[in-house]
Amino acid sequence: MNKMPEIVLFLLAKIKKLTLHFKKKKKMKEIMMVYYMEAKSARISGRKIAWITSGGPVEPLIAMDVIPVYPENHGAMIGASKMGTDLCEKAESMGYSSDLCSYARSDIACATVDGGPIGGLPRPDMLICCNNICGTVLKWYEVQARYFNVPLFIFDTPFCHVGYAEEVQRYVRRQLDEYVLFLEKACGKKMDTDHLKTVGKLSLEGQRLWQAVLATTANSPAPMTAFDAFYHLALIVTLRGTPLVIDYYTQLLEKMKDRVARGIGAIPNERYRLLWDNIPIWPRTRWLSEKLASHNACLVADTYTSAWCGTTKYIDENNFFDSMAEAYTRIYLNIGVDEMARTVLDMVDTYKVDGIVMHSNRSCKPYSLGQYDIQKIVERERGIPCLMIEADMVDERSFSESQVSTRIDAFMEIIKQRKGA
Amino acid sequence: MKEWDEFYEILKDPISYGRKMKGQGRKVVGYFCSYTPEEIIYAAGAHPFRVFASGENIHFADAHFQSYCCSLVRGALEGALAGNLDFLGGAVFPHTCDSIQRLSDIWRMNVKGPFHADIVLPVKLDTESAKEYMIDVLKKFRNELASHLRVEITDNKLKNAIDTFNTIRGSLKRLYELKTENPGIIGGSDLYAVVKASMMMDRDHLTGVLPVVIHELEKKKETAKLYAGKRIVLAGGVCNHPDIYRIIEEAGAVVVWDDFCTGSRYFEESVNNNTDPIAAIATRYLERPVCPAKHSGIFTRGENLLKITREKDARGVVFFFLKFCDPHAFDYPYMKEFLDKEGIPSMMFEVEDQLPSEGQMRTRFETFVDMI
Repeated sequence: MNKMPEIVLFLLAKIKKLTLHFKKKKKMKEIMMVYYMEAKSARISGRKIAWITSGGPVEPLIAMDVIPVYPENHGAMIGASKMGTDLCEKAESMGYSSDLCSYARSDIACATVDGGPIGGLPRPDMLICCNNICGTVLKWYEVQARYFNVPLFIFDTPFCHVGYAEEVQRYVRRQLDEYVLFLEKACGKKMDTDHLKTVGKLSLEGQRLWQAVLATTANSPAPMTAFDAFYHLALIVTLRGTPLVIDYYTQLLEKMKDRVARGIGAIPNERYRLLWDNIPIWPRTRWLSEKLASHNACLVADTYTSAWCGTTKYIDENNFFDSMAEAYTRIYLNIGVDEMARTVLDMVDTYKVDGIVMHSNRSCKPYSLGQYDIQKIVERERGIPCLMIEADMVDERSFSESQVSTRIDAFMEIIKQRKGA
Repeated sequence: MKEWDEFYEILKDPISYGRKMKGQGRKVVGYFCSYTPEEIIYAAGAHPFRVFASGENIHFADAHFQSYCCSLVRGALEGALAGNLDFLGGAVFPHTCDSIQRLSDIWRMNVKGPFHADIVLPVKLDTESAKEYMIDVLKKFRNELASHLRVEITDNKLKNAIDTFNTIRGSLKRLYELKTENPGIIGGSDLYAVVKASMMMDRDHLTGVLPVVIHELEKKKETAKLYAGKRIVLAGGVCNHPDIYRIIEEAGAVVVWDDFCTGSRYFEESVNNNTDPIAAIATRYLERPVCPAKHSGIFTRGENLLKITREKDARGVVFFFLKFCDPHAFDYPYMKEFLDKEGIPSMMFEVEDQLPSEGQMRTRFETFVDMI
């Protein structure tokens, strides 16, 4: 092995020191910073990098010591830092239609210019695409497979319009074996199945903790809002299966329980409780949160962040690997609109909400097409109003502040009248 | 020739034709996609009928689909909710893109036809396990349909159906080839009418009609002068606009082939009838030119388009897309680049429900045709 240059050794030591330091403090920002530093220095430390979709099976990667990197998480960061519109325009100049997903457009453009808030993602050694969230990721990862010229593994999770069929289970289960073989080839080493079991246990524990954190908002006043959940979500998405997640959410859960015990709400005067549907409008989360708070309305729960803990019922603690097939196939976006509506109704009851804010997201067809039907079902079954906001998760050109503001005011008027303000 | 009148009659009023089929006691099964195993529907004694967007103003479907959903999906639902598709005894939804996926849900929840089948095909078509899964879902569809219609779909019936559809596909391909050999012998919109009507017409009747059309064109070919227009290829998804052929021809070009699911992707590759029929139908789907919503390698579609362009001696390609069709829009930049590298000019034309004004289209096509 070549002797590493001193500067590299120095940097690695620095990162390690920082990691240890932040592991004690466990602040989200620092954890994510270390995570991206590790990923960006993977070339030096000799670790492999896989780009993976947000709903993809990450546990085998963790078990193989591959660093998972999430273009969708990156897309959210780009959106939140308001750098999305420029990158989307760049993608359009490359020939991609402005009607395409803005995560995909941002990422495709970003890869060619190393732009965005962290100067681009580290180059992948392999791409793992799981289509349980959409068909868009398939096309997006094909684009990146051509651009980076690296192997692409497609983990195909057939859509479950009604129920879960046995032929689907057979097919997805077989692909888990193919996935492991793919990783073994890409990494040049065998999978340590014992380690994978440990990672599986940690993943499940992390998901349960995340569920417990989200469940604290069933209390009134809610100790945190969905906007907080959008922030704390990063870990269950990116580092699921590592002990870091357990530590972080354990502390967060304690903090939330403490707030509940002391009756501290996330917003000063919670009078109205709302449910959020769809991916956040990343560039406008702060504005929206302040806007709702000005009406004493709290977004107490959402269908988005709960998607990362919605299938624990299908996971077998003692046989994580086999049960992954079902858990990854039956996630929220891979089921029929009627089943999604039932999930929403359950959340309406659990979180005792007065209304729903639906983000009709131009970028995300599987999430948005069907919202009108869900809206009608909720209004019929629970008699609560639903507000539909037309926007986009990253591309600010699809957001009209004055229009959304007026609609929120009108919506809140209805809620106030219904509740007898 | 009366055969032409028949094709045009169906195109002009597909609803009446569907109702007529129903009136004759046939179970009409609607579908939206070239991955529908028509052979199985036919073997069950039912009539496969491809549903296109009505082209009318969207009214009912607006209550279910946002404006950023493609006109094919919104238009199909519109037809059903408006009651135009009351002749359907069922609908089949092979899984392709995100919008069709949600169309199936919304159809099931709101149209509530007597029979609703999802054929959740694999998204990748290039692995052994995907092939086995493809066979599984086709078998499942066979059982579901048989039990709904209370018929037995025997292997013999399937083999007979495969023969019928191989014949139809072979005839349509022959028509395309005749046009390629001498584009002057049949207008683009006439050929379009034949292919589109073939997806709705009684198939037993169709197998008798197509050879007559072929014979007529073969005779014409011998005497016709070779057409001098510039040869181009169309590429995209569904084409529901026969007018574009006329406008292209008036601009001095002629369409010699396409990569449409309402065109060559519908008839390319026949089913091997010397093996298990379901496995053979599955194999055809794995091998025929792929829809962009499916995966079969990362360069396959670009290579196929280049191959078509070279084989048909075309001088340019027109990408013809439905607005909001994500799979095609994602593939466009790389496919265009493939063509650019080979010095093949191309243009992209995107349509929503209605075509843009004729003047505008004419200018764009004329500019393109001058360039190639």
